[in-house]
Amino acid sequence: MSGATTVREPAVRLDGLPRTRSAWGSFVRFATRKPLGFAGLCILVAMGLAAAFAPIVAPYGYDEFDFARALEGPSRDFFLGTDHLGRDVFSRAIWGTRVSLGVSLAAVFLAQAAAASVAIVSGFYGGWVDKIVQRLVDIWIALPTLVILITLIAIVGPGVKSMILIVAATIAPNYARLIRSVVLQVREEPYVEAAQAIGVSNTRVMLRYILPNVAHVIIYSATVALGAVILIVASLGFLGYGLPPPQPDLGAMLSGDGLEFMRRQSMLAIVPGVAITLIVFSFNIFGDALRDALDPRLRGR
Amino acid sequence: MLQYALHRLALAVPTLFGLTVVIFIAIRVLMPVDVVDVLLGETDTTFDPTIAAELREKFGLDGPLPVQYARWLGRVAQGDLGRSFVSGRPVTEELLYRVPTSLQLGLGALVITVLVALPIGMMSAVRRDTVPDYLARGGAILLYAVPGFWLAILVLVFGSVWFRWAPSIEFRPFWEDPLANLKHIWLPMLILGLNSTGTMIRLVRTQVLEVLGHDYVRTARAKGLSTQTVYFRHVLRNALLPIVTVVGLQIPNVVSGTVIFEQIFLVPGVGRYLLTALQRLDIYVILGTNLFFGTVLVFSNLVVDILYGVIDPRIRFSGR
Repeated sequence: MSGATTVREPAVRLDGLPRTRSAWGSFVRFATRKPLGFAGLCILVAMGLAAAFAPIVAPYGYDEFDFARALEGPSRDFFLGTDHLGRDVFSRAIWGTRVSLGVSLAAVFLAQAAAASVAIVSGFYGGWVDKIVQRLVDIWIALPTLVILITLIAIVGPGVKSMILIVAATIAPNYARLIRSVVLQVREEPYVEAAQAIGVSNTRVMLRYILPNVAHVIIYSATVALGAVILIVASLGFLGYGLPPPQPDLGAMLSGDGLEFMRRQSMLAIVPGVAITLIVFSFNIFGDALRDALDPRLRGR
Repeated sequence: MLQYALHRLALAVPTLFGLTVVIFIAIRVLMPVDVVDVLLGETDTTFDPTIAAELREKFGLDGPLPVQYARWLGRVAQGDLGRSFVSGRPVTEELLYRVPTSLQLGLGALVITVLVALPIGMMSAVRRDTVPDYLARGGAILLYAVPGFWLAILVLVFGSVWFRWAPSIEFRPFWEDPLANLKHIWLPMLILGLNSTGTMIRLVRTQVLEVLGHDYVRTARAKGLSTQTVYFRHVLRNALLPIVTVVGLQIPNVVSGTVIFEQIFLVPGVGRYLLTALQRLDIYVILGTNLFFGTVLVFSNLVVDILYGVIDPRIRFSGR
């Protein structure tokens, strides 16, 4: 690590920044070097805040209706119009983002935690444990994810907890494979060997030497996974296997039942789709920028 | 090569076996209600335990769970996937009728994806860091982020609002009425195809860029070969192997896509069969369709692996 930094010294000095940057310094550097990724981050923070503070931000509740004002276009009262029950589309989109983002965040967090633990332990020890884990992962990856997801959720029944668990279990193997491949590289590094030579315990090697050096992969793949999971959760909602109503779910808001109403009030067709696209798009451009910024090999470029 | 293919095939069997076990357990154990009770609740309001027992026996759902599963598996080995609770029709028969339609939709979409993404991805790599490249890259990320079903909904809603256009409702299989079939299926095919284009463009671009960086490309240029020869004979050829993988990677997406698009565009394929079965908890249809989708993916992975060998002699002769 230190050797690589010395080589790149001149490039660092040219832009006048100190060699070891503060967290704020790294952040400013990220923002200026990766404007697109930074824009993605800004959109995500804005949408995340709106979702987190939905009770304050949304002008109406998600099931607050007024039949007298159904299917109205955008107006001063209803920023993006109303749906067939007279509910505010803008508010529903914010509540829907809250639900979709919340479920996806929980599922990705669970999946990554499980994937990272399995990958680090099995990658570090190798041997038959690793072989069996890899075989299972191979089998799972070869299967049709969305089909299994729909099947399991339809059978088990709708619910926030079951949804999070099932989605996490279905996606985790993909990330386990990715993280493991990096663990295998890190395991061969001299500093790991050195640590083992001076008698550092295996647990400590995994936690203090391997985990920090694969963290960039975990963070990056979690970011990209979030985009993918938002899409999956939206597809499930669209097919009618999302969260039980009246919980607003961005995918379910677009579902075919509302097609007739969408013809009369196009905002119904546009708003939830734009919200999904914006979230996924932002996660992807932010994730790409993050990968470049975090990868130790690319750092400083 | 043959040995390698056989090895992969041997691995596929336990994969599919595992999948059906998971689904079977999910339906028989995790499901809060018993399927036969659900069926009876629909047909008969006065609950009669003897009828329930009779039905269980008729559908092979009596006795301990492992026995039930083994019974099903035994029949699957003979090509019998059981009968639908609801319609009473054999699942195998229904699948055989529906599979060609799903294949048509999925393969058509895949072809569209490749036809659109390959030239754009190559152009984007060759004209790296120019305006067309930025446009292609931006468009690709955006296309990836747009949910396919939303694109379909937009086309349906605005097609009818602006052009008073609506897709046909009645579907005809290709072998019955090719023209009516194509009139119905071209739109889902196109949208599904475009939906995977985003990922594909990015992957093609990365692979071509990788090849462009090699010395032999510079050599080919230096010895005065025409740009066209360099790109098609040297670059595309060498980028083709990873691109085949990439197409293989798209197959799961396309398969999931057919399920969603069959539902939106009322295409009577395997995906819709599964979705209807899920609503009625039609156990053998659910098992059968999942087995079908699993088989499709396992075999497409196998085909991709074999194609590797065909394209890359190093793999063919390394005698894995």
